[in-house]
Amino acid sequence: MSRHFSFRRLWALLGKESIQMRRDRLTFAMALGIPLLQLMLFGFAINTDPKELPAALVAPTQDRFTRAMVTSLELTGYYRFIAPNATAEEAEAMISRGDVLFVVTVPSDFGRRVQRNELATILIEADATDPSAASGAMSTLGTVASEALQREAGNTSDSSAGHNNISIVTHRRYNPEGITQYNIVPGLLGVILQLTMVMMTAMALTREIERGTMENLLSMPATPIEIMLGKVMPYLAVGGVQVIVVLGAAKAVFGIPFVGSLSVILAGIFVFVLSLVILGYLISTVARTQMQAMQMTFFFFLPSLLLSGFMFPYRGMPVWAQYLGEIFPLTHFLRLIRSVMLKGADAATVADSFLALGGFVLLLALFSLLRFRKTLD
Amino acid sequence: MSALAISVQGLTKRYGDKTVVDAVSMDVSEGEIMGFLGPNGSGKTTTIRLMCGLLEPDAGEGRVLGHDIRRDRGAIKRNVGYMTQRFSFYEDLTIAENLNFVAGVYGMEQPRQAVRDTLEDLGLISRKDQLAGSLSGGWKQRLALAACVMHRPKLLILDEPTAGVDPKARRDFWDEIHRLAVDGLTVLVSTHYMDEAERCHRISYISYGRLVAQGTTEQVVRDAGLTTLVLSGEHINDAAEALRDAPGVEQIAPFGASLHVVGRHKQTLMTSVNRVAQSTGVTVTPTETSLEDVFIQLMGQSKDNML
Ligand SMILES: Nc1ncnc2c1ncn2[C@@H]1O[C@H](COP(=O)(O)OP(=O)(O)O)[C@@H](O)[C@H]1O
Ligand SMILES: [Mg+2]
Repeated sequence: MSRHFSFRRLWALLGKESIQMRRDRLTFAMALGIPLLQLMLFGFAINTDPKELPAALVAPTQDRFTRAMVTSLELTGYYRFIAPNATAEEAEAMISRGDVLFVVTVPSDFGRRVQRNELATILIEADATDPSAASGAMSTLGTVASEALQREAGNTSDSSAGHNNISIVTHRRYNPEGITQYNIVPGLLGVILQLTMVMMTAMALTREIERGTMENLLSMPATPIEIMLGKVMPYLAVGGVQVIVVLGAAKAVFGIPFVGSLSVILAGIFVFVLSLVILGYLISTVARTQMQAMQMTFFFFLPSLLLSGFMFPYRGMPVWAQYLGEIFPLTHFLRLIRSVMLKGADAATVADSFLALGGFVLLLALFSLLRFRKTLD
Repeated sequence: MSALAISVQGLTKRYGDKTVVDAVSMDVSEGEIMGFLGPNGSGKTTTIRLMCGLLEPDAGEGRVLGHDIRRDRGAIKRNVGYMTQRFSFYEDLTIAENLNFVAGVYGMEQPRQAVRDTLEDLGLISRKDQLAGSLSGGWKQRLALAACVMHRPKLLILDEPTAGVDPKARRDFWDEIHRLAVDGLTVLVSTHYMDEAERCHRISYISYGRLVAQGTTEQVVRDAGLTTLVLSGEHINDAAEALRDAPGVEQIAPFGASLHVVGRHKQTLMTSVNRVAQSTGVTVTPTETSLEDVFIQLMGQSKDNML
C-alpha cells in the first residue's frame, strides 16, 4: 500500500463521510431544500415574463389607425393602458414616478402618413430600470405593426396601405444596457451552488475539530490528500444532485432555454462546483470553529454576489471592480453558463472561463494542502 | 537489554510563555507496561501527543518504534495504537461502521474478518448496528480500545483510559491490558489514579510538565528516600497541630484513626516527632513509605520549583 495515496484508505474516508452526511438529516434536507426554495422565491418573485404592465398612451388624434395600433398592443398581453389619453407631460411624470412602465406616443400625423403610404413612426419608451420587466413587452413589437395593419387592411377597402412604412422606435430608458430575463436563472444556479457548496464543505474539517475526532483521524495513517478528497468528493456528489434539481426546475417551471450543448454546460458546472467545494475545504482548514467557518463563507459570498455580474451587469461596473470580480469563480462561471446556455456558445468560445475555473481548482487545492495542519498545533 | 519502543529526550512544548512539557525524557522497553502518572494538567496528554507525532515539539527529539517523532510521523501512525483521552470515534456512526472505517484507514488485508473478530471479542455482535454515541462510558472505552488494537499495533498508547469508569470495569480493563502485553505489545498508559501504578511494570511521574520520578514502584519509593512514621493514640489531633511547622516534617496526612508523618531527613523528623509524642502521649511506629506519600511529596517539591 502506497505511503502517500491509497484507494482503500480513501474509500474508507468516503464511506464514513457519506454515512455521516446521510445521518445528518437537517443538513441533507437543507442541501436540497435551499436550492428549491431559492429558485422558487427568486424565480417567481423575479417573474421572467410579466404581463399586463401599466402603460400610458399619448395620441393627440385618436383616429382608427391609432386605435388599431393600441388594440394590437393590448392583444400582445403585455400592455394595459391605464392612461389612454395622456398629454406628453402627464406621461413623462407617470413614467418617472413609476406609475407606468411604458409610454406609447402616436404622433398626430400618424393616420395621415399611413394613408398616404408615407413612413409613419410610433415611439415606445420603456422603463428599463428593471430590464426583465420590459424586455418581454419589447420583444413582441416586431409583429405588432404588421398585425395592426393587416387587421386594418381587412377592415377597409384601402388595401394599398403598405406594411413596411411603419416604424416603431423603442427607447429603453434608465438602463440602456439591458440584461435579458434569462440572465437570472442560470445566474441563480451559480449563486445557489456557491452558497450551499462552500458553506457545507467549510464545516467539514472544523466539525471534526470541534467534536474532538480530529485527533483520532490525525493519529491514523490517512494522508492530507486522502483526507481532502474524502471530504470533497461526497459534497461534489451532493452538488450533482443540486444541479439536477435546479436545472430540472429551470426547464420545467421557468422554461429556460438550453441553447448550447448540455455536455459543455455540465462540464462547466462540474469544474465550478469542484472549485467551490475545494474553496470550502480551504476555509475549513483555516477556521477553528464552525461559527468562524460560517463567517468566512459569508465574507466571501457577499462581495462575489455584487461583483460577479449576478446583481449588476459586469460590463457596467468600473474597471477596477471588474478586475476585482475576476477573483471569484462565480464571475467566470456566470460568463460561461450564460454564453453556453443562452447564446449557444461552444466549448472553444468559453475556453477562457474553463481555464480560469480550472486554475481556481488547482490553486485552491494547493493552498488547502499547504494549509492542512498535520498536527494539532 | 531489550530494544526500546519509546525513547525520547528533552521533549519540550510551550503554549505562549507557559512551558507545558519541560525537558521530558523517557525510555520504554518493548513488552513493558509503562504507567504515566501525574495530576490533572501536569502535561500527560501533551507529552503523549508529542510522542505520537500529533504535536511539533519546541525542543527535544526521540524515536518511537525506531521512527523519528519529527520526521517519520507516517510510520509512527501506522504502527501505534493511540486511544485518546476523550472518546474520539464517530458518535453518529454505528459500532460496526466505526470499526469498518478504522480497518479501511489502516488498509487492513481482511477488513471484514478483522471487524467481525473484534465485534466477537467485544461481545457486541448483537449491538453492532447501534450508534456509538448511544453507548455508555464503559462500553465506549471498550470500543475505543478494540478499535485501537485492531490493526495489531506494536505500541499502544492509552490516555487516561479509566477516567470516569467504575471500579469493576477498571479492573477488567487492566486485565485486558495485561493480556495484550503478554502477547508482546508495549503499553504506555497515563492515569491520575495512584492505585493503578501498582499494575504497571514501571512508572513515570510527571508534575507541572517535569518528569520527577521514574522506575519500578519500589525504585520510585526508594529513590524518594522518605521516612514515614505512623502516629496513633487519643491525642493525634493535638499532635498534628504541634507538628505542623516542626523541623523535618514535610507531610502530615490522616489515615483513618492514625496520622502519617513524612520527611526526607530521618534524624530531624525523628527528633521533632519524638518530642511531640512525649508531650501528647501518642505512640510512634515506623512504616513503609507508600507510593502515594511519594507522589504527594514530589508534587509539593515541583510546585516549589515553579515559584
Ligand atoms: N492547546 C493548548 N493551548 C494552551 N494550553 C494548553 C493546550 N493544551 C494543553 N494546555 C495546557 O497544558 C497543561 C497540560 O495539559 P495536559 O497535557 O492536557 O495535561 P494532563 O493530560 O496531564 O491533564 C494544562 O495546563 C493545559 O491547560
Ligand atoms: Mg490529559
